[in-house]
Amino acid sequence: MARVVLIGNLAQLTGGVAEFTISAASVKQLFDRLTELHPEIGPHLQEGVAVAIDGQIYQDTLLQPIEPDSEVFILPQIAGG
Amino acid sequence: MAENGTNGTNGQGYVGTRTIRPDGVDKVTGRARFGADFNLPGQLIGKVLRSPHAHARIVSIDTSKAEALPGVKAVITRDDFADQSSEFIPAGEMMMNYKDVVRNVMAREKALYEGHAVAAVAATSTVIARRALKLIDVKYEVLPHVIDVVEAMKPGAPLLHDDLFTAGVEPKPDKPSNIAKRIEINLGDIEAGFKKADVVVEREFKTAPVHQGYIEPHAALASVSEDGSAELWCCTQGHFIVRAHCARLLGLDIAKIRVTASEIGGGFGGKTVVYLEPLALALSKKAKRPVKMVMSREEVFKASGPTSGATVKVKMGATKDGKFVAGFAELKYQAGAFQGSPVQPGVFCAYAPYDMDNVKVIGYDVVSNRPKVAAYRAPGAPISEFAVESVVDEIAKKLGIDGIQLRMMNAAREGTKAAYGPKFGPLGLEETLNSIKKTEHWNTPLRKWQGRGVASGFWFNIGGETCASLTINEDGTVSLMAGTPDIGGLRAALTNVAADELGIPYDKVRPIIGDTGSLGFTFLTGGSRSAFSGSMAIVEAAKQIRTELCSRACKLWEAKPDQVEFKDGAVRPLGALAEKVKPMTIADFAKVAGKTGGPIGGYGRINAQGAGPSLGTHLVDLEVDPETGRVTILRYTVAQDAGKALHPAYVEGQFQGGAVQGIGWALNEEYIYGDDGKLQNAGFLDYRMPVASDVPMIDAILVEVANPKHPYGVRGVGETPIVPPLGAIANAMEQATGIRFTELPMSPPKVLKALKEKAANGKS
Amino acid sequence: MAKHHIETVVNGDAVEFLCETEETLLDVLRDTLNLTGSKEGCASGDCGACSVTLDGRLVCSCLVLGCEVAGRRIETIEGLAKGEKLHPLQQKFLEHAALQCGICTPGFLVASKALLERSPDPSEHEIRFWLAGNLCRCTGYDKIVSAVKDAAATLRKG
Repeated sequence: MARVVLIGNLAQLTGGVAEFTISAASVKQLFDRLTELHPEIGPHLQEGVAVAIDGQIYQDTLLQPIEPDSEVFILPQIAGG
Repeated sequence: MAENGTNGTNGQGYVGTRTIRPDGVDKVTGRARFGADFNLPGQLIGKVLRSPHAHARIVSIDTSKAEALPGVKAVITRDDFADQSSEFIPAGEMMMNYKDVVRNVMAREKALYEGHAVAAVAATSTVIARRALKLIDVKYEVLPHVIDVVEAMKPGAPLLHDDLFTAGVEPKPDKPSNIAKRIEINLGDIEAGFKKADVVVEREFKTAPVHQGYIEPHAALASVSEDGSAELWCCTQGHFIVRAHCARLLGLDIAKIRVTASEIGGGFGGKTVVYLEPLALALSKKAKRPVKMVMSREEVFKASGPTSGATVKVKMGATKDGKFVAGFAELKYQAGAFQGSPVQPGVFCAYAPYDMDNVKVIGYDVVSNRPKVAAYRAPGAPISEFAVESVVDEIAKKLGIDGIQLRMMNAAREGTKAAYGPKFGPLGLEETLNSIKKTEHWNTPLRKWQGRGVASGFWFNIGGETCASLTINEDGTVSLMAGTPDIGGLRAALTNVAADELGIPYDKVRPIIGDTGSLGFTFLTGGSRSAFSGSMAIVEAAKQIRTELCSRACKLWEAKPDQVEFKDGAVRPLGALAEKVKPMTIADFAKVAGKTGGPIGGYGRINAQGAGPSLGTHLVDLEVDPETGRVTILRYTVAQDAGKALHPAYVEGQFQGGAVQGIGWALNEEYIYGDDGKLQNAGFLDYRMPVASDVPMIDAILVEVANPKHPYGVRGVGETPIVPPLGAIANAMEQATGIRFTELPMSPPKVLKALKEKAANGKS
Repeated sequence: MAKHHIETVVNGDAVEFLCETEETLLDVLRDTLNLTGSKEGCASGDCGACSVTLDGRLVCSCLVLGCEVAGRRIETIEGLAKGEKLHPLQQKFLEHAALQCGICTPGFLVASKALLERSPDPSEHEIRFWLAGNLCRCTGYDKIVSAVKDAAATLRKG
């Protein structure tokens, strides 16, 4: 079970719940499970978020694997200039 | 000491050496073609009519007289662009609200800043185009305006959008506001943290909008055919992004537009969005002729995207031993006419260099009547980190601990949990602090009215979708094509990598930046990603070639895969096979490419992940002239972690260039608005950027703490250099004058005023 | 209004062109003579990207009118290299990586050449103040100064 934390305003889409324990083997599965729990967050997960898995930040990687005991943060996307 | 301009490797490989950039000769001879250097037969000149008012309802636009002027071939207004719905849609990996984009490109209901585009014409000459603009009759209903971020947040402030409701607050507001969004991050327990503190420092800071200051104005040349397909040349940091935006705004299939990125004369984030491009396309479509548009310098200042002005509150607590126990910040950033300031990265980066248990940062994204903010080098971070680094310096002075020592004690390291969530991988902050500590600069004594300041800085860096190809030509030379525009030496870095990956001489590789028809989608050059991601794509392409060559060798030699290996530019037979066949070089394979299956090439199409943050520490000595308030930078040293410098000279160049932009931001640059909401300093004389006589040599110390996620250990370096200077210079000013400046820029009039006030207050 | 017919010498070549009264020399170079090496950064003489020499004098071509140059001698960036041989300044700018985006480079090269013709062994101070009329946003000027010093040394060796 991965420990998942929503950073910033994302928790407002889950009724204030910022931390989850979810069983998911990939970023896509994680997003699907979160959306099942809180449909409002679904569209926001599709685009515009970065996912940090055990410290490494990934952007736009639906297929990225998540280990059974990973620590996952979902953050707003990072850009640059 | 590395030799300058070498194109040899001494057997060590090209990566890490100072090769001559392949595009260099064209740039030193004037042959290289930048945005305004293209022309097409029969082209028309396009010009834009811009709002003279900071805030006004556009009641009507009558273009009839302009259209009737001989020589005018097309006129466009808001009616020529379909409206877009208000939703955030992916456009090449960014979230764009196209309702805002279409309105920024061409005003619809309102003009929201002085300089906002209201109409555009295409005519047979510049003179006629300008005359035509004067004939367009726009009726405005002038409205009260607001520019300052704190003023714009006040209830009762003039409202820019009656459909903008503050996101991120509960309960959801039912009245519109200029506050587009409130965000917050929390780590630990900030109240408990402050209770542990022996010293607490609280300050409020103010910064003004500054412009990226690229020397090349925006330029585009569009040619639309009768079947709707379009060609576009423009100077941009991201031609695939330009294509995406223009396709959306003009209702075209993406494949219908082919965009060629010209050489670009600076961007720094400011050329990651569209201004002229959709206008040039729309005009060309109407006129059925190519249309060339170039901004004047005044237009660049008034109508492109300076960064946010901001008000920042910081409160930090530390124990008497120097441990940071609590960090609070509240950031209020201008977004310009439409939402989307970089307050979010500002929030995330504020305390990122430090290992802290208790952090709370709040951010507000606020619209006001000035141009829509575009990215500027580490967007958002220089402002928030300026504030924090200033307070860190005050804590250091209160505790009697030197600035390097204090930062070292609290430095983020591998395993430190960032305030925005994840734990860091390997980081180079400590190494940069140590490098600065060892310099002669740090140990040189100062005189009266001189001050020394140190500050550190953080930026995340990104990866992203990137395509690059390597093609083996018939004579064994290599054509390299990358999808990321080269804004400062990228082709040299990528050529170093390609030459090493294939084991061939540097000058046998010719790199170009491919147009959007030649490669798969490639995200823009920004986020310090082009060398990081581009080199990863080249590594992938080279791997494909080596695999292919080994496969062909096996077929030619009737050998098994474990009997051959690719090494030093050739496929080599191993073991007993070596007695039967000779190695085949890339050139050898090239000669028989057709006969052995076809042309040889590799195509890297990746979504580069694993970007590692780049941390830096800057040290500055300056002298204040108490009679004029003028500040002279005496000495400047940058130490920054590059992971691995693919081309050291261009990495140093990023350090030096970013530092000098920071010097300008700290000491002189600002947008000065009149009470009428008009920009008073829309030119290089009065928007005063550093010139050669304003700065000394910038010593650049390359630190290399490898990024384990990149094949060469590369970290992006382009943005971090602009983060530390603001704090370092403010800290040096405090030492030189005894005054803590909290408002930027620290320009001569402000310094003089502060010195006079201090003297009047009787402090020594 | 009739255009002016101007005969002049550009990079050693006899040239003639027509121009409007208000057209600057920069406009003429870029749009009429297709010499796009000189750049427009500001059109107000503040950035130096349009630097050329006029009868050996360093000027901003955006501040000179096309119709002013009749019978005079203009040198632009395009005339710096002699055939295949780069001028030492051009060579040193490459070796020292004294350019990043390159838009200011033509202006800096023309201005630097004018400096070295007057002052073959300039100090860092002299170089910085002579080049204060040329804006660069990318390099922070460090490597430009190094390149000019190195080129000066090369030229002195002859």
